Amino acid sequence: MKYLLLVHHDEDAFGKMSETTRKEMLHESVQLTHQLHAKRQYLSASPLQPASTAVLVQVREGKPMVTDGPFVETREQLAGYFLIDAKDLDEATSIAVRVPGARIGTVEVRPLIEISGLPTHECL
Amino acid sequence: MKYLLFCCMEEKKLETISRSQRDELMDETRIYCEELHKSGHLLVSNPLEPVEMAVTVRVRNGGISLSDGPFAETKEQIGGFFLIDARDINEAVQIASKFPSVRLGSMEVRPVVDLEK
Amino acid sequence: MSEVTDSKVRELVEEVYREESRRVLATLIRLLGDFDAAEEALHDAFAVAAEQWIRNGVPSNPRAWLVSTGRFKAIDGMRRRARFDASLTEHAKQLESALYPLEEPDDESIEDDRLRLIFTCCHPALAPEAQVAMTLREVCGLTTEEIARAFLAKPSTIAQRIVRAKGKIRTACIPYQVPSETDLPARLDAVLRVVYLVFNEGYSASSGGSLTRHDLSAEAIRLGRLLVELLPDPETMGLLALMLLHDSRRVARISATGELILLDDQDRSLWNRDQIIEGTILIERAFASNQVGPYTIQAAIAGVHAEAPQPAETNWAQIVALYDLLMQAGPSPVVELNRAVAVAMRDGPLAGLSLIDSILRRGELSNYHLAYAARADFYRRLGRTTEAKASYEQALGLTQQEPERRFLKRRLAELHDYG
Repeated sequence: MKYLLLVHHDEDAFGKMSETTRKEMLHESVQLTHQLHAKRQYLSASPLQPASTAVLVQVREGKPMVTDGPFVETREQLAGYFLIDAKDLDEATSIAVRVPGARIGTVEVRPLIEISGLPTHECL
Repeated sequence: MKYLLFCCMEEKKLETISRSQRDELMDETRIYCEELHKSGHLLVSNPLEPVEMAVTVRVRNGGISLSDGPFAETKEQIGGFFLIDARDINEAVQIASKFPSVRLGSMEVRPVVDLEK
Repeated sequence: MSEVTDSKVRELVEEVYREESRRVLATLIRLLGDFDAAEEALHDAFAVAAEQWIRNGVPSNPRAWLVSTGRFKAIDGMRRRARFDASLTEHAKQLESALYPLEEPDDESIEDDRLRLIFTCCHPALAPEAQVAMTLREVCGLTTEEIARAFLAKPSTIAQRIVRAKGKIRTACIPYQVPSETDLPARLDAVLRVVYLVFNEGYSASSGGSLTRHDLSAEAIRLGRLLVELLPDPETMGLLALMLLHDSRRVARISATGELILLDDQDRSLWNRDQIIEGTILIERAFASNQVGPYTIQAAIAGVHAEAPQPAETNWAQIVALYDLLMQAGPSPVVELNRAVAVAMRDGPLAGLSLIDSILRRGELSNYHLAYAARADFYRRLGRTTEAKASYEQALGLTQQEPERRFLKRRLAELHDYG
């Protein structure tokens, strides 16, 4: 089973943390990806640029509309993701618990829909 | 530059369209993904189960709290994602605007932090 | 074969269903990997039992027989469907190889399966109301209608809740397992909450004629014992103690005619001493851990009542102190109401009245019949008959439970007689 871990945190609060703390957390995340990789649980992961850098694209009646900002304003913003392969929801959750973002924010664990016919990626 | 595209849509709206329409939408997306993959733009993609299937995890003072459902109740929900490689935000937006789902919902384009830099 | 024997076997099948169906289901879910398939297999197994047991007699171990028959029927059904749907062939084969050799399921692994079922039904990825519905339906075998009545919901709402929960278990891949030791304490809280709800459903059914449904309470106590055995957590012990102490008064709290008898009026010689002793020992063990939670404190309160040979000898000061502790551990308007009643016993009805009025003013318990019943009682004890009558009327308007209604009407009639 594949799961997407969506890591959310309060960007303002995160920004106020010391540079060292933030670097430590990033380092911890990178380490986590290596640990997951060693157990064949890692597929893809990355931090995201702040929500303010997001662009929203819609097409209505054939016309593309490009607007600024994330699709939803929330107290916590999407800050990164981990795409993992886990035995079941409990294993996925136990990995989510190890994501540093879970300590300062929220990790949403979403199962992927397993479909056939998608391009196979080298990293998967 | 890498960008993560989130396909955002009202799940309720998706339930109202017919099965064949949904299949069509899916097929169209699949073909487009194949194209993007061949051109080297698409790195990873996958649809997600509805938010109802989600579980939310928080760790505070060493204690784990789990709750059912997504981290926030929103009008639209993330229904899938595409990790793409594009020259710049303009190309990313251009790629995003050709996904069939943007006719129903919207696509959030988020630049990914480049850890190499 | 005579009709008498037939009906005897039928009775026996029904009895085995009541006793064993949930255990058999729990094992079938593990073997078949799917709730719906397991339920169908369970149903099939009992259908075969009703037929075969009349002809061949009842097997020596009905539980093992039912598990074996259930899984055989499931594989059989899968094979038949595979003839029309080739995609099922592989699944049927996999299932078959996973199910054979047919080792006899031993009692221990069956009990483990029950625990797996409990933890899966109470999984935090499921909505809290779905956890309760799933446990009552799957673990305790209540019908959708019974659950709906207990929660004052429509049966269709409960049915949908269960369908969705099963869908999530399948789709999000919620494992059928007892959580790892590190996850266990957190996961246990959800389970305890659900177990207590089940107990209460059995102890004081939310509506209808029968005030107690022994099998449900017994089921909850059994679940509690199983949990204490698995994880001697203080709160697990506290919950079991609480259930045992309440249950010890079962016979004494209902009259021969089915009337509710209040604690003060109960014949204390009818209290089940064994349950009281077991509960008291559990409370002592839980308090010794120094991690005292709401269940343990509530059990301790019930324990104070249990040790008073007569109502007048009740140590109300100790009960108020325990309620103070409970207000710290898990404050709620209902706890506050019970504390007000205890204060009224210690300091007189006037003290209780002012506490209750302040709770009701906040509007939190304005639909809770026991709040009005308590207020009515305070007025009655103060000799303020008119106000007492009005409060009893309000309480009556808020409860559908027949014995409770009869009790309130009796009290009202007494006021008319003397007032």
